[in-house]
Amino acid sequence: MKFNGNAWKFGADVDTDAIVPARYLNTSDPKELAKHCMEDSTNPDFMKKMKAGDIIVADKNFGCGSSREHAPIAIKAAGVSCVIAKSFARIFYRNCFNMGLPIFESSEAVDGIKEGDQIEVDAGNGVIRNLTSNKTFQATPVPPFMQELITAGGLMAYTKKKAGL
Amino acid sequence: MYIHQTMMTITEKILAAHCGKKEVKPGELINAKLDLVLANDITAPISIKEFRGANAKKVFNSDRIALIPDHFAPNKDIASAEQCNMLRQFSREHDLSLYFEVGKMGVEHALLPEQGIVVPGDVVIGADSHTCTYGGLGAFSTGVGSTDVAAAMITGEAWFKVPESMKFIYKGKLGKWVSGKDIILHTIGDIGVDGALYRAMEFTGEVIKKLPMAGRLTICNMAIEAGGKNGIIEPDEITEKYVSKRAKRKYKFYKSDKKANYIDVREYDLTGMEPQIACPHLPENVKPVSQLGSINIDQSVVGSCTNGRIEDMREAAKVIKGHKVHPYVRMIVIPATQAIYKQCIKEGLVDIFIDSGAAFSTPTCGPCLGGHMGILAAGERAIATTNRNFVGRMGSPKSEVYLSNPAIAAASAVLGRIGRPEELK
Repeated sequence: MKFNGNAWKFGADVDTDAIVPARYLNTSDPKELAKHCMEDSTNPDFMKKMKAGDIIVADKNFGCGSSREHAPIAIKAAGVSCVIAKSFARIFYRNCFNMGLPIFESSEAVDGIKEGDQIEVDAGNGVIRNLTSNKTFQATPVPPFMQELITAGGLMAYTKKKAGL
Repeated sequence: MYIHQTMMTITEKILAAHCGKKEVKPGELINAKLDLVLANDITAPISIKEFRGANAKKVFNSDRIALIPDHFAPNKDIASAEQCNMLRQFSREHDLSLYFEVGKMGVEHALLPEQGIVVPGDVVIGADSHTCTYGGLGAFSTGVGSTDVAAAMITGEAWFKVPESMKFIYKGKLGKWVSGKDIILHTIGDIGVDGALYRAMEFTGEVIKKLPMAGRLTICNMAIEAGGKNGIIEPDEITEKYVSKRAKRKYKFYKSDKKANYIDVREYDLTGMEPQIACPHLPENVKPVSQLGSINIDQSVVGSCTNGRIEDMREAAKVIKGHKVHPYVRMIVIPATQAIYKQCIKEGLVDIFIDSGAAFSTPTCGPCLGGHMGILAAGERAIATTNRNFVGRMGSPKSEVYLSNPAIAAASAVLGRIGRPEELK
């Protein structure tokens, strides 16, 4: 599977309160959450400007703070195709694989992508192409168990199979 | 005969015991049996939807799933009421013994240790990032998302990558008005908000060995603020004294081997350390209180899973007794559980707070995450004993939160600016 979209750049330590503020957590409806995606970040108008398929490109420790799965749910429901970061906070990383938001780790890619660049990501092999600058980057390989989760269709599909449901 | 024996940390030992192995190593992927699975009114609704969506009919154990409506409860609006009702109905449907209704509920990470529902040696996951609090008891506990909790409600298990451990050794003697909160803020200020990413944080040294349980829980509570997977403290006599009268189950003390491996060992001499303040908008922006300058405040919050225990209430009351909250400040005090609330009444602390002009609330997470009970307007500033000071954390994205211990929060409420108890006349 390939993702293709324009890059939206964010800095280091983007927390889950910035991705979806707690004041909107009285619902878990993906469409409602998506309306507020990145509202308290450095780009509060993100939802007004972004197009479906666009890609979030962030510095280190993306998704730190709260365990709220509402954060990756909001990003996915907003139509963001994938997130590229130098590193991800642990719970956010785990949540993405569990619920199916594709994420890629690559410091070189983050440094080599500017806001608005057109990016293509091959989810199969983790190759990130900056079509604007014509540069190619390789994301850190996904650990085998996480790959198994993706193949199974997320944690619940994996658990259903295991529990014989 | 040479017997091979791997030296293990307390975290590794607890994880090994819960996946039926003699030893585990950092990086190893394991499937661990869980002693307790936890979620709250924000995170459980997604877990419940996923549980039902997977066509699951039964939970793995109706006595090992804790559902606690504490974030937006007592219900702050209709949507929150619907979410809390999902927990209530699911708990009735599955006969969950650990559902805590308003009136019995408290802030989850204060309530579960207090009630002896989490015990030393446990492996616990919770759909709340501050689940790492129970490391203060010598348990392995970590925050996860709602889907992990949904799967665990079915299987009673969760997968983990065994984390590498970092050791933090604290020496010296704590000064007056310096507590667990200052130790962990100082540490986060040193290593940064991702300084312990994916790792176990093991806290030890002479300061920790003397530290009461409340301070230990506060320290482990904020391990997540350094990116840690879990925080943990070896159980000892202080743990035994706290746990023995509360534990609802058998418990086990695990200790790190002397030759266990650590990826990093850090030593701190805390003698002379001032109270620490985390400035906006990250918990790593830490300064000693004297270096802050004059920072006016509009609100002071004492409470939360970090500092809402009886010891915290006592500390704040001791500072504010006989003083009045500054006319330009709202002070909001929130004991974390009903038992703490009652103890505050018994000790006369409620009178002290109310006489000083503070509001005293029923237990709730409330303002900590900008839910209710003390939201900030644009341009307003709070000092809080809570755990996060991200943009918009307590209300308007144009407001600011400074994090401190309860004594500083109380003194600042009187001064109208961030300051120390010693400054009160």
